[in-house]
Amino acid sequence: MTATTAEAATRVRKSFRPSWVDLFLWAIRIGAIVIIAWGLIGSILNFAAGRGLSATQWRDLIVAALSQGAMYGLLALGYSMVYGVLGFINFAHGEVFMSGAMVGFIAANWLFDAGIWAANPILSLFIVLVVAMLTSTLVAILVERVAYRKLRGAPRLIPLITSIGVSFFLQYTFAALFGVAVRSYPQVPESFRGALNIGGFRIAWSSVLVIVVAILSMIGLWYFVTRTKSGQAMRAVAEDKEIAALMGIDVDRTIVTVFAVGGAMAGVAALMWAILFRGVNFFTGFLPGIKAFTSAVLGGIGNLVGAMGGGVLLGLFEGVGPLLILGGLGIPGVSQLKDVVAFTALVLVLVFRPSGIFGERLGSEDRV
Amino acid sequence: MPLLEIRNLKKSFGGVMAIGGVDLAVEKGEIVSIIGPNGAGKTSLFNVISGIFPPDEGEIIFNGVNIAGHSPSEITKAGIARTFQNVRLFPNLTVLENVKVGQHCRTRRGIWSAIFQTKGYREEERLIEEKAKEILSFFGTRLVGYRFEQPAFVLSYANRRRLEIARAMATEPTLLLLDEPTAGMNPRETAELTELIGKLRSDKGFTVVMIEHDMRVVGEVSDRVVVLDHGVKIAEGTYQEVSTNEDVIEAYLGRPTELRKTTTEEQKA
Amino acid sequence: MTAATVDAAAPRTARFDVRRLLRYSGLAGLAMVFVAATGMLETFNNRLLIRPILSMGYLILLSAPFVMGYLVGKRTEIEGVETAPRTSADVVLAIVAGLIAGLITALFAALVDTFPGLRGTFPRMGPQMVSLLTFDRGVGIGFLILPAVAAVLGALGVAMHWLSDRLRKALGVGALTVVSTAIFESVVKDVFDWFSTLPRFLYHTAGGLSVVSAIVLFVVAAGASFFLQGRKVPGLGSLTSADTGERRRSSLIAAAVVLVLTIVLPQLLGGVLNELLTNVGLFLLMGLGLNIVVGYAGLLDLGYVAFFAVGAYTMALLTSPLSAVPFQLNWWQAFPIVLLMAALAGVFVGTPVIRMRGDYLAIVTLGFGEIVRYLFLSDWLSPFFGGAQGVRRIPGIPVGSNEIGGSDITQFVYFTLFFVAIAAYISWRLQDSRIGRAWAAMREDEDIAEAVGIDTVKAKLLAFVTGAVLASFAGALFAAKVGTVFAHSFEIIVSIIILVVVIVGGMGNIAGVAVGALVLIGVLGGPNQPGLLQEFGEYKLLVYGALLIFMMLQKPEGLLPSARRARELHQEEYLQDAWLDKEGRFVGQEQEA
Repeated sequence: MTATTAEAATRVRKSFRPSWVDLFLWAIRIGAIVIIAWGLIGSILNFAAGRGLSATQWRDLIVAALSQGAMYGLLALGYSMVYGVLGFINFAHGEVFMSGAMVGFIAANWLFDAGIWAANPILSLFIVLVVAMLTSTLVAILVERVAYRKLRGAPRLIPLITSIGVSFFLQYTFAALFGVAVRSYPQVPESFRGALNIGGFRIAWSSVLVIVVAILSMIGLWYFVTRTKSGQAMRAVAEDKEIAALMGIDVDRTIVTVFAVGGAMAGVAALMWAILFRGVNFFTGFLPGIKAFTSAVLGGIGNLVGAMGGGVLLGLFEGVGPLLILGGLGIPGVSQLKDVVAFTALVLVLVFRPSGIFGERLGSEDRV
Repeated sequence: MPLLEIRNLKKSFGGVMAIGGVDLAVEKGEIVSIIGPNGAGKTSLFNVISGIFPPDEGEIIFNGVNIAGHSPSEITKAGIARTFQNVRLFPNLTVLENVKVGQHCRTRRGIWSAIFQTKGYREEERLIEEKAKEILSFFGTRLVGYRFEQPAFVLSYANRRRLEIARAMATEPTLLLLDEPTAGMNPRETAELTELIGKLRSDKGFTVVMIEHDMRVVGEVSDRVVVLDHGVKIAEGTYQEVSTNEDVIEAYLGRPTELRKTTTEEQKA
Repeated sequence: MTAATVDAAAPRTARFDVRRLLRYSGLAGLAMVFVAATGMLETFNNRLLIRPILSMGYLILLSAPFVMGYLVGKRTEIEGVETAPRTSADVVLAIVAGLIAGLITALFAALVDTFPGLRGTFPRMGPQMVSLLTFDRGVGIGFLILPAVAAVLGALGVAMHWLSDRLRKALGVGALTVVSTAIFESVVKDVFDWFSTLPRFLYHTAGGLSVVSAIVLFVVAAGASFFLQGRKVPGLGSLTSADTGERRRSSLIAAAVVLVLTIVLPQLLGGVLNELLTNVGLFLLMGLGLNIVVGYAGLLDLGYVAFFAVGAYTMALLTSPLSAVPFQLNWWQAFPIVLLMAALAGVFVGTPVIRMRGDYLAIVTLGFGEIVRYLFLSDWLSPFFGGAQGVRRIPGIPVGSNEIGGSDITQFVYFTLFFVAIAAYISWRLQDSRIGRAWAAMREDEDIAEAVGIDTVKAKLLAFVTGAVLASFAGALFAAKVGTVFAHSFEIIVSIIILVVVIVGGMGNIAGVAVGALVLIGVLGGPNQPGLLQEFGEYKLLVYGALLIFMMLQKPEGLLPSARRARELHQEEYLQDAWLDKEGRFVGQEQEA
């Protein structure tokens, strides 16, 4: 490369005049970093001075955050898969989750009244799990058949708007059917209260349960996606619908499978919610839904491992973040702002790193 | 000074080098054709010139200014307009609206004057309408009269291509980049459009660079022909020179086989 | 393109198809169970449309088998020719399907009757619901009534197809008139206060239409429709025309009518209805703003309520004596500052999303909306925004020595309508302007718009700012009307409802948005505001959700599509006529390429 062309090369780069849009974005980046750093330092100083939370409390907080994150991760799988295959955000997935939780409650309540809940905790939890999974799967499949199937191939905003409609419809249907009062799952059976002792560490049983279930589900999903024919079909359809059809794959049925699997995972997440939070009503799906979508994008939309990773990350941000950063800044009423952290994470990820941390996996139709 | 000067332009997509060091100069008032087999990098070249992709290396000097890496709207404002291989109109806008939209970068009245309907605004709108109709009349009777209010999606294929050119003309360019303007046209339409391209230069004073596959068009209207293959320029000259150039023929037809060579050798023997 | 009906893929035979039977009866049965189980039947039963025979609850319940019958007979039409003939097999199918649907519902009622414990989990499934489903005839005979009625309705539904198009449409108009008159009872009573014979004739003293007036209305409306069909009635009909000239003329007529109504109506309506009208006006204002962002520029903003909030809080802070701001302005003085803050908000929201693809843009704006609301609500910022209590003691709009606020609603309405008029005017002017064309181009194909010389960054920001400013009109008015501003009024549901209004009414069309606001907010009500049908209270959002799904699947261009959308709709007509010039003469060979 001669001298003049080397100059020319640098000149090309310089002629990218930074527009004020870029300046604005940089200002936000810097602002975010400053806030996070300041808060972190504040928290570290607090900790060193013995103020705020103790080491054990932080540890418990982190474990709790991780288990919540596992739940978000499972829920995120549904968003990720649907986006990877069909290219739109299924707003109603939060309500799929909620339906599993609500109907699971009926089962749990019945088991409790029948005394089985206390007598046979593992069996009870298993039954609730099955009920929740079945319900969520059914709702997911129904929604696909009724609302989305006709919109295949429409510009992606149309199914998004439709899914918003579905979301509200489901929410208020459940509100009408069940009433608006919050229903509480019976307390976790005796043997699962308290904490588990592992080499000096005490971890709450609920967290253990949740994390174990999450790991098992991920293994099951991995097996399904990589080793079974349906799973392969799913991956093929996600890659390129047209070519998959030409290869003899029943695209419609595969898409139903995608929704079903997402629904099943949401059902598992519903059980986790029941264990961790116990209270459900028609509105329970809204916030977790948005947080799960954030997790999916955070990890790289379409990327299943990423969805789980994103979920865990978001769980950490949300569980630990407010106290760590905003607490470090001395802001009062920090627990209120937990959801703000989630939404801020959503905005920051979508604006600055929409392809996610682990990289997105889109079908050929959706790749730019 | 040439109107457009491209120096050592390079652009890769992923691992593929679409443009591998192209030099090109176009004088004002010329009609230059760019030809080459499929995948030669012709449309990529247009995409880089018109700002859709920034080049990896090299300069694009237009009217003395390096426009490489600028945004498409800035380049259009600077005076380069283009059409697309797969005609990209605004399908639901009317014929007239498509052309009016082209004038956007040459007009200025904004929101306030639109709301208050100031005299300046109304005058400008009148001029926009007049100019749009004038541009469309360049195509004879094909896009005038009742056609003005028709949405673009009803137009026949040839009319769509014409409309796209009209829209490009509306941006008041100095340089027009036409990407396969006669693709898909029957012989009569092709002949008509070829004449039109000539008129674009002679009546309207545009400089035209076009990508073409139809050699009759190329031969009839171009001052100069540039041949690309695998992202580099392999020949340049008049149509006569280029069409008899061995490298060009080889690019399109391939090298003679071993068998043929043996036959020739046998013949020699 | 018309959406394919359920039958499009079905075999083209007149055979008795069991799968079809199961599908139709299942769906109808499910619909009826849904209406009963969610409690709609019970709640709406209190609203009698025609006293004493028809309550709204029964209307909704029994519309299911009727519609099902209609769909059984529906055939897709391709170029005016139906794909398969209708036979008596269809009638039989409709009747049997109705019967089965009714049986399913009766079984459901029996189930609820047998297990009173269900009420613990499902509060609506009680004896009241059972008695309604058995038409108060109790167990036994009662269970057979519904299947019989459903069968009859199914037959009626399918029979509709044997009527001429004209007659069918006339019957539809008749029915719609009756139902509308029943729903708009309070409006009619207020408006015709001075001519009380009319309301007294129409309505029963206890509410609802009297049987006689219902019949009279039906006959008159159906008759009028029957005779006027096919005749060109200048005015509203041509609002959906694709011919720009015709549309413009009828739009002007409509606008003039609306203007007169606007001035006269508030005087006639009582306080409650003026309150409703104000709410409709505020949502219409926001709808017009969102129409610019979504309808003109194609940017799906799900956090639009944030701009409304910014407008309201700014006005509150500047005018309330209790606010953190040390000085106090009056409404008019504060107004320009409100607009400025809204414009800034528009820039702040618009800039980060400039380069994002459509669906991510939607979610990010949703995120912004929620973040803004949380910040307004937070304890942290409560010294400024009042936290959960918000900002109180906001004075009304000063006129002379008075302050017009929510308590003088009849006068406040005029302010709202005034600003609606301004917003409508702005929207109207922008639509056909240079920037309007740029927005349309950007909406059609952003990359090409950029290539043609449009600075999409500026165009997008202009759209956001304009939308934000219009929303702040509503915010400023809202603050003065309610006197208190707190975060609860700015939830995401508000953004969604405005979106539904715009989509259902007709995106990109000012009249469409107006119709959407009137029909949705007026009849169903807003998120926190009751509409004409107050009973809808808890089912409002369910209906909004269902409406959104329905519109997206069947008629995404809305009830009153914009001129461009109308062109898209009439594509086939255009394509056929493309060979004809304006006078209908075939264009010669040399004209066409």
